[in-house]
Parts: sequence; C-alpha cells; structure tokens
Amino acid sequence: MKTTSKLKQVTIRFAGDSGDGMQLTGTQFTHTTALAGNDLSTFPDFPAEIRAPAGTLYGVSGFQIQFGSNPIHTPGDEADVLVAMNPAALKTGLRYLRNNGIVIVNTDAFGDRNLRLAHYEENPLESPDLAGYQVFPVEMTRLTKDALEPVELSHKEKERAKNFFALGMIYWMYNRPLDATLDWIQQKFARKPEWAQANTLALKAGRNFAEATEIFTTSYQVDEAPIEAGIYRRISGNEAIALGFVSAGEQAGRSIFYGSYPITPASDVLQYMAQYKHFGVVSFQAEDEIAAVGATIGASFAGSIGVTATSGPGLALKGEFLGLAVMTELPLVVLDVQRSGPSTGMPTKTEQSDLFQAMFGRSGEAPVPVIAPQSPADCFWAAFEAVQVALEFMTPVIMLSDAYLANGAEPWKIPDLDKLPPVRARIVEAGTADFQPYRRDPETLARPWAIPGTPGLQHRLGGLEKQDGTGNVSYDPDNHQKMTEYRAEKIERVNRFVKPPELNGPESGEVLVVSWGSTFGSVLSAVEELRAEGHQSISFVNLRWVNPLPELLGQILPNFRKVLVPEINMGQLGNLIRARYLVDTVGHNLIKGQPLSVSGLKSAILKLLED
Amino acid sequence: MAKDLHTEGNGAALKENFATDQDVRWCPGCGDYAILAQMKKVLPELGIPQAKTVFISGIGCSSRFPYYINSYGFHTVHGRAPTIASGVKLANPELSVWIISGDGDGFSIGASHLMHLCRRNIDVNVVLFNNQIYGLTKGQYSPTSPLGKITKTTPFGSLDAPFNPLALVLGAGATFVARTVDRDTRHMAEIFRRAAAHKGTSFVEVYQNCNIFNDGAFAALTDPQTKLDNLLYLEDGQPLVYGGETRYGLKVEDLALSRFEAGEGQDGEAHLHRETGMPMAYLSMLAELNQVPGMPTPVGVFRNDNRPTYDAMVYDQIEAVTQRKGKGNLKELFITGDTWQVD
Ligand code: SF4
Repeated sequence: MKTTSKLKQVTIRFAGDSGDGMQLTGTQFTHTTALAGNDLSTFPDFPAEIRAPAGTLYGVSGFQIQFGSNPIHTPGDEADVLVAMNPAALKTGLRYLRNNGIVIVNTDAFGDRNLRLAHYEENPLESPDLAGYQVFPVEMTRLTKDALEPVELSHKEKERAKNFFALGMIYWMYNRPLDATLDWIQQKFARKPEWAQANTLALKAGRNFAEATEIFTTSYQVDEAPIEAGIYRRISGNEAIALGFVSAGEQAGRSIFYGSYPITPASDVLQYMAQYKHFGVVSFQAEDEIAAVGATIGASFAGSIGVTATSGPGLALKGEFLGLAVMTELPLVVLDVQRSGPSTGMPTKTEQSDLFQAMFGRSGEAPVPVIAPQSPADCFWAAFEAVQVALEFMTPVIMLSDAYLANGAEPWKIPDLDKLPPVRARIVEAGTADFQPYRRDPETLARPWAIPGTPGLQHRLGGLEKQDGTGNVSYDPDNHQKMTEYRAEKIERVNRFVKPPELNGPESGEVLVVSWGSTFGSVLSAVEELRAEGHQSISFVNLRWVNPLPELLGQILPNFRKVLVPEINMGQLGNLIRARYLVDTVGHNLIKGQPLSVSGLKSAILKLLED
Repeated sequence: MAKDLHTEGNGAALKENFATDQDVRWCPGCGDYAILAQMKKVLPELGIPQAKTVFISGIGCSSRFPYYINSYGFHTVHGRAPTIASGVKLANPELSVWIISGDGDGFSIGASHLMHLCRRNIDVNVVLFNNQIYGLTKGQYSPTSPLGKITKTTPFGSLDAPFNPLALVLGAGATFVARTVDRDTRHMAEIFRRAAAHKGTSFVEVYQNCNIFNDGAFAALTDPQTKLDNLLYLEDGQPLVYGGETRYGLKVEDLALSRFEAGEGQDGEAHLHRETGMPMAYLSMLAELNQVPGMPTPVGVFRNDNRPTYDAMVYDQIEAVTQRKGKGNLKELFITGDTWQVD
C-alpha cells in the first residue's frame, strides 16, 4: 500500500563518483522541479582535483537542491535525502544528511575495493553506522543492466546509465513526470540512438522499480510556489555575471573589453565572455593578473567598458593598477570571485574575506565603490549596476562575488529588455569648448571621459597627482588635500544613484541583523523561520553596496538593542560598522569554506534575543 | 576593419606641432632631449593626426615623455606600459600607439610584459631608452648595466649579468627590431619613421646618455674620433662593412661573424645584411656582436618581418563570428538553455 504525503520543502543531495554523472542527474531533476512550479536553489560540490581516481573520497561529486512550495533562498543546510552511488559518496554525503534522513544507496558499488578506497573497514550497509537514517538499498547497477538487455551497448557502457535509473526513482518519490528529461535525452543523443534508448530505458526502469518495489512506501508532493509570472531559466552566479556585463555594454552602446587571467573560481566568466564576440566583446587572456588589469585600464582609457576579473590573490596583484585607475578616474569594473584564503587557501571554497582588501588594499587614500551580489541571479543585476556606477562616476568599482554564488544556481526571471535601465557614459564630444580633463560634474563629481581619437581633446593622464580642473601634474599641498577629498566624496555620492537596501522588518526592535553579499539567502531564511516561530522583534538588512555604506544604516542602527553581523570572515563588515557608527556589533563569524547554515544563524539570533 | 593609419592623411605631412605647454624637466644635457626633438620632428611627417596618436609610458626618467607630446598620453605604472598600450590598441586599432620605456622599466620590473607584447605582435611602437642605469631613483645599476659596474648599490662592482635587450625581443618574436643612438639624430629620425611604418610590434632601442649618473656609457659610439670604428650601420641588402681609416668587413664563418680588413673593392666579400626572413642564428650573431671584444655595435634595422598582428586578428575574429552567428541579440542570449514560463 503506497501513500502520498505533502511537504513544504525538501533538500536532496545527489552524490557519486566524478564519472557517475551526478551533475547531470541534479540538473535534470532541477529542471523538472522548476517546471513543476517549485521555487528552488542548487549547489554543485565538485572535487577540487581535475581527474580524481575513481572511488576515492576526494573524487566524490555532489549536487544539492532545495525546492519547495514556499520561497527558497538557499540550497539547504541539511539534506532530507541522500542518493549515494558508491561508498565514498555515502561517507562524504552523510555529513550533510539530517537525522533520520533518507539514504538511497547503490549496493552494487559496495565491493571490497570501493569500501577500501572510501576507508571503510566494514561494509557500512551491514554496520550500525546508518542506524539513525532510513536506508533504501537498491541494486542499481544490476537493475539498470537488466533493463538495458535489448540495447546494443557493452556491459560497461550500460552501467553508465545507472544515474538515470536513480533519477527515475527520485522522480517517482516526488511525483514528477518524466517528459522533460525524456525530451532532453532525445535531443542530446539524437545522433547516438543506442544511448538515447539506454538512458530512456534506465529512467523508466528506475521509476517503475520504485513504484513496484515494497521498499518505497511513500511518495511526496511538493505544491507550486507563489512565483512572479515570467519566463525563467536556471542560472549560476558566474553565468549571470557574464550576461550582466554584456547587457550593460549593449545598453551603453559601447563594447566591453574583458581582460582576465585564469583563476579559480573566476575563470568561467572569462570563458563565457570569450563566447560573446558577436556582441563586440573583446576578451583578452593576459599573461598575468597585472597585465589583465593594465590592458583593461588601457581599453577604458580608449573608450571601451573595461572589465577585469580575478579572485583574492589576483586582486592583491592588481592593487597598484587600481590606484592608477582611482587617480586617473577611469571607469573600470573589477570582479573578485572570493575564495578561501590567505594565499592559495582553499581555491574552490567560499569566503567573504576580501572585503578589507577591496576597501583598503591600495597605497594612498584610494576609495572605490564595492558591490556584493546577494544571490546567483542577483549577480546579473550587480554586474549591470557595477558598470552603470563605473561609467556614471568615472571610477573603478569592485564587485565581490564568491565561490558559493559562482557555482550556486537558482531560477532567474529573464528581464524584459525594454525595462533594462539605461547605462550612461560621460563622453565628451569633439568640439567641446574649453575642455578640461578634471573638470567635475557638480552632481556626481565625475570627470568627463575624453576618448583618444577625438579631435581637440588631447590630454595626458597619469599616476601623478593632478591639478584640479586642468589635470596637469601638481605637487601643491592644498590641491592634494582637495583632490583627495573629491575622490572620497565622489564615492559617497554613489548613494544618491543606487537603490538603498531594503529593511526587512520594523525600524526598531530587539535585534537587527546586518549582512552583506552572498549570506543574504541564509540570513533571510533564518529570520523568516524565527518569525514563523513567533520571534517578531528581528529586523534584517542585507547590503549589496558595501561601499559607500547606505544612509539607512546610520538611521536605524541606534534603534536596536543588539546588532548582529554574520560574515564568512573574522568580522570585516562588523569592524567597518563599528568604526563608522560606534555601534557595539556582535559577530557571527564562521570561516570554514562553507556558506553560513540557517540553523547556526538562528541560534546566534536567538542567543541575542535572550541575552 | 582597422583603417590604414598611414594613408588616412593621404600620407601628407601635417602642420600640427606636437609640442605641449609643459616645462620639460629632464636634467640639462640629458640624451632624452634629443629623442624628444626627433620624435616631434617625425610625428607630423607621418600624417597621423595628434588626436589619433597615443603615447604611453611606465615610470622612470624616460616615462615623463608623454607629458611633452601633444597627443593623447598616459603615464602609467612602473613596467606596465605594454599592458596599457595593448588595451588601448585592442580597444581601438585605429590609434597609433607608442610606448616609451627605459631599461629598468622595460627589462626589469616590466620585462615579462614586453616579451608578451612582442610575441602577440600587437601593432604598437616601443621606444626603449637604454641608459644602463636607474636615473630617476638616482643612480642604481640596471638590468642592462655591464658586469662590474660601480654604482650606488654596487659599490664593489655589479655581479649581475646584463640582459641583451635586442636578443630578448628578437627571441620573443618582435617583428621590427632596430637600434639607434641619441646623438645620431638623423639616423634616429629615420628609424622612428620606419618603426611607425611597420605593422606589428616595432622595438627601437635608443642608446641614451644619462649625463648625471652614467655619463659617457656610449662615448665610444658618439665621439667623432672613435665613432666610425665602433658603429656598424645596418642597411638592407648592403654588405656588413664599417670603419674610419681602416675599413672592415664582416663575414659568417663557423656560425659567427668574423672580421677582415676590407681593402679597395673587397666589400663584396662581406656578408649582405637582410632585414627580412632571416633566421634567429643570424640575428643572434648581430645582437651579440658588441659583446665580442673588438667588434662594432650594429645600429639600424635588425629585423623587419611581417606576420599578422594580434589586434587585426581580434577584429577579424569578431567579424567572422558575427557573420556566422549574426549580430548579438540579448533576448536570444537570455533565453538560452532550459527555460520555463510561470503564469
Ligand atoms: S637622471 Fe639621467 S636619464 Fe634622468 S633626466 Fe637626468 S640625465 Fe636624464
């Protein structure tokens, strides 16, 4: 007797060997889930090694998805279901599984060799290791091969279809139709009919097995979530960033120059940008980080929209050139996809520890605006806004994404092209009388952009201090004071241009949570869950523009008994707020290469409520 | 896509004066003045308007140069002018781009960028002022200072083997490579003209006297008494002959250039210099010649080869991809992959 029960939200983690096709399985499940009308968020967990040996713990590839009938802001702290294709996947995956969670294992992969590679002394399926979980052992490899009897492929090849068998089972468990995946298989393997047949049979066999077998007694229904109408696609942070830059270039009517040097986790963006030549994008893989930013500044000087990207160590190398860009007041966007540091650190793991570097990592007084996207889809808008501000204020802008946003994905509502905001460049036309390279716009304090090739506007830029207005070299003490103040004030005025952050909750109360960038989703989930549990006196603000700090912050900070600043660093935003507003902030600082967990955040907020 | 700069003004000389109103601040007697004067003389002859000319420099005495030329200019970061210049040229291939650098700027802190510029063959002109010393920081040895050189940081003599600038850029693939000397103004002007005319990375080494910290480093090449015995003028299709009272010829023997006294009518025995299509073996012999005791210093054009420039290829590729895919359309780009509609 099978029953169906309703769930509000579910987190599933698919885990297997790098060669088991777990990313594909996860992506297919995600697309079908999106079509079913759920809200969702996903995160892949790739091995750091390029070709890790099969069966090893460090060769495990994971894919986590949280979906629900209510708004979903994170890929989930803990999985409700773990699909483990081999012992290594089980061992590493259990860490993410909640107590009494469901484990579906491919028992055929639990031979001696794989057990040894996963450092299991005895078979965990026969030991008390899994006592606290609901375990569903399935002979996935054998069942797949049986189902693929009529297909003309070798035994080894048939085994490779077992991920579709697993997917079929999960589709049954969550009452999902197979159509979208079947269509995909037909398209993908149009030229390899035996593979199309194999994967189709495996998918159906998995679903039929789950339906027929007595192991599975319950299937689950997750209803549609209230989602704004529109056309959606799933997008990762790095993909969204590339689209944001291209869109801003199109809106400005100027080509994007994207100069970068490969570095994890920012390289994807260079790979995407290199594909957009038909948008007039010039992508340039430079010889090093310094050359990448140098060429980009050169391109900005010559009238392109200069964009460069890196991660923490590369930002350190770019520091001197950023000083030049501040001094010469050229538009430039510097994307830093942050990773765990210092030094090489943990290059594939996330962290928010470059905020100080973005704020202060240059010689002299060299302020720049800093924007931090708050979700994978928001990476599109953050990239777009970074270009807008760079052009509007003639300044380098640093965009702080991170490894979590870079690889995480969520539904992105495809923007209406007519509603994309304008992107304005402050270009001086030929024939402008009395042109001065450092004559500032009274509103924004931006200097004009006079592009080489324009007759009559020849001028010389450089790193030496400039005389106000003329831009000639100046060592005058009062002029230096004045220009330093202009450069600082100009950045403060970015606040007049950008949308202020939203305050979620009342303007005064017990606890105010102030976060920035990618922790948005976790903090929002924590705050919403606490409110649902009856704790009303919590407010929340997430900063996208971290520099300049929004005026709102100064107004509301004194209205709260406690201010919590959760960050994946040792307290960098907390320090900025303390210094600026003399407020005794409390940190929630975890630096483990992982996103902040919702449960951890809830405890931290609760503790302050009770203090 | 890029227009040919040299025909745009019908090749006719412009009346523009490339001087700026800024005071020139080099030490009196510095070799830099002569280079600036020749550049200002040559630029109007090129037929490229000021507005399409860009001078880019790094840091050092030579790098003040852009402030003194009425074109677009950019005084950038120590050693990094090639990177900025690459970006300028890639953003707008219609600009005529000059890089002004020195031996410290170009061969110490920025050596790698110069090599990569040459290998890419971006169509820019590099003028490298080699004075074999750090001038702006007041007299430390540079990567082209000779072994044993006594300077403020090498009071007992330098232990650092110097770079051979031309061997480096030839090896890195620069397609136009030449050398000239600050006091030889007509020769310098001609080399600048030819560098400007060349499509691809042009590299010109100018031996420049720093009369404050390294006076006389090139005296043997500029002193009228010794000059002719020490300079070998390279000319395309002409024999390698030089000398004052005694005339010498050079011929290739055992993979090296060897010298002989060339009597009346014996020039023909000397090796004929060719700028184009010559193997590295020959170019290395020339580049290393003045390191051999008793041998002259070649000046003139070492190499003048043609291969596609990176900047032209970038735009050719953009055009080809655009033709194949059609002009980029944001809507299509957004709706890529699996999409779904929520009502
Ligand atoms: S220090 Fe030497 S190179 Fe520099 S300006 Fe003076 S003479 Fe010229």
